[in-house]
Amino acid sequence: MSILIDSNTKVIVQGLTGKTGSFHTNQALEYFGTQMVAGTHPRKAGESWTADNGASLPIYANAADAKDATGANASVIYVPPAGAAAAIEEAIDAEIPLIVCITEGVPVLDMVRVKAKLDRSSSRLIGPNCPGLLTPEQCKIGIMPGKIFKKGSVGVVSRSGTLTYEAVYQTSVEGLGQTSAVGIGGDPVKGTEFIDVLEMFLADDETESIVMIGEIGGSAEEDAAQFLIDEAKKGRKKPMVGFIAGRTAPKGRTMGHAGAIVSGGKGDAESKIAAMEAAGIKVSPSPARLGTTMVEVLKG
Amino acid sequence: MNIHEYQAKAVLKEFGAPVADGVPILTLDDVQTAIDTLPGPLWVVKSQIHAGGRGKGKFLEAAAGEKGGVRLAFSKDEVMEHAKAMLGNHLVTAQTSAEGKQVNRLYVEDGADIASELYLSLLVDRETGQPAFVVSTEGGMDIEAVAHDTPDKILTLPIDPMTGVTEAAASKLCDALGLGGAAREDGMKLFPILYKAFTEKDMSMLEINPLIVMESGNLRVLDAKVSFDGNALFRHPDIMELRDTTEEDEKEIEASDWDLAYIALDGTIGCMVNGAGLAMATMDIIKLYGEEPANFCDVGGGANAEKVAAAFKIIMKDPAVKGILVNIFGGIMKCDVIAEGVIQAVKETSLAVPLVVRLEGTNVDQGKAILADSGMNIIPADDLDDAAQKIVAAVKGA
Repeated sequence: MSILIDSNTKVIVQGLTGKTGSFHTNQALEYFGTQMVAGTHPRKAGESWTADNGASLPIYANAADAKDATGANASVIYVPPAGAAAAIEEAIDAEIPLIVCITEGVPVLDMVRVKAKLDRSSSRLIGPNCPGLLTPEQCKIGIMPGKIFKKGSVGVVSRSGTLTYEAVYQTSVEGLGQTSAVGIGGDPVKGTEFIDVLEMFLADDETESIVMIGEIGGSAEEDAAQFLIDEAKKGRKKPMVGFIAGRTAPKGRTMGHAGAIVSGGKGDAESKIAAMEAAGIKVSPSPARLGTTMVEVLKG
Repeated sequence: MNIHEYQAKAVLKEFGAPVADGVPILTLDDVQTAIDTLPGPLWVVKSQIHAGGRGKGKFLEAAAGEKGGVRLAFSKDEVMEHAKAMLGNHLVTAQTSAEGKQVNRLYVEDGADIASELYLSLLVDRETGQPAFVVSTEGGMDIEAVAHDTPDKILTLPIDPMTGVTEAAASKLCDALGLGGAAREDGMKLFPILYKAFTEKDMSMLEINPLIVMESGNLRVLDAKVSFDGNALFRHPDIMELRDTTEEDEKEIEASDWDLAYIALDGTIGCMVNGAGLAMATMDIIKLYGEEPANFCDVGGGANAEKVAAAFKIIMKDPAVKGILVNIFGGIMKCDVIAEGVIQAVKETSLAVPLVVRLEGTNVDQGKAILADSGMNIIPADDLDDAAQKIVAAVKGA
């Protein structure tokens, strides 16, 4: 099993005709034939987009038309920041179950508006400002490099893109492989939090262990730790390795990700690490030892 | 992006918030305008720097006197004296470095008779994903200290963006601040005004500390600190014009021109990394092995050779840098492109400090070959642990 996406997932691309959308759609098609079924563009309806492998994807005016015509159940968004929120809202209106927004730099108050709408809908949003998600040998949505993945038993969830790759690469090198990897994104207001993904990994039979990578800012890691403690009391528990980026980050400065900031006395690395350790997560002090730490944890 | 107090007040005034009359001072000539415009009998002369704690701050220069960065004047002559003492000198506060910040601008404002001081701020609450008011009766204090010592004196009230500030919400805020009479009437008007300013101008933080109740019973915004969401500035050209680059680090300005996320730090090892999380983790691992990072630098997902070279040059501008660690996990970025950028930069900067490069991901073998064949003194590393140990050893050995 896997979470959120598998070989049956049908994906439309909002922003397919742009440079980024085109590049990553080609990559997705190459990755075990991920079902990329259509694109959208408000002024290019009726045209088509040709992939490097010769495949032709129809373009529709909007997400609703694309979904109706193709039966798509997911959308990935590569629209520039100024239009990204409107693209997410369009996908919510089309009642697409899974929406993945890769775009970095979406204004926070746009996301406040989107979240209010999202909470009143049945759609799930991953991101924005995220690398997407991937289920090995089945489906790739977003910009993660497919080559580093290996089918296996570790669930990976992370706020950071490149640190997701570290966790994936290292667990592949150790021979463990992954069930699915989800990058939830580095923005302060986002669609999916750690808890949502941890719940899915706990419920997934094939996921035997979990790597969780957080960073400074907010309290999502502390919330996740409390969730894990509560679930463990109900007998739901899996071996976990964690990492928190930003131990050395100065207070009050935004560290690249809009959400990575220690402010108002909240969000520092030490309190997150303490909370995660209290929840039974083995927190690695080095981002280079996620894979080896997981091997040690699994040996017991 | 941060702006000065006087600019923040001008923005809030546009929306109808009660602020005192004031005149910004960029040169001493402006002081005369201030004296002529503002009636007195009480004036406040305030240093304008992008840092808090100005009132309790102290100037480095003896000529500036013992008083802090905010001074009361009881005569027009005194306004001029204070302006002369402060302008151009360096103010050190709890939020600046030991060198302080040069005061290039002042703000002269009408004084007010204060009956009580309150705290109010607006920010985006990450837990609810909604804008939230934070209010407290403990105005004029460091709110983090209040939150720590007496958390029950703070109310956090998230606002549903679908409804905005309702009558009930405004009423709740008035209750929490203990507002009655004229102050309550003012408050019921002020809270929706502040929310409107916050959301329409894409602020990331609006802090009024203190918000005062005057002897007259009315409310006034006595201090204002506003920062804006950098990602939304594209739709606010008026706000962009308020940027004061003299308040920013020169290297950080240059980095922003190249669309690089760069933050200057105090250590000796320069870092160039792709991805914010990995960039932070790289800083952390340098510290883990006993050295300090000189900077945070995220070249992003789509960097090309020119951008990598630009990042390199900016890092090298910091004289404290004794070694450089390049750490790239190329998902979107190709390692051979990075390698070419590094070589170009090493040539152009005639690099004289140790350089460790760790590459992983797309086209990694080509990338490593380009570095190895360059004939340059570049130390290759296999993984992040290896890279951090090598650069720390190289810097300590130097």
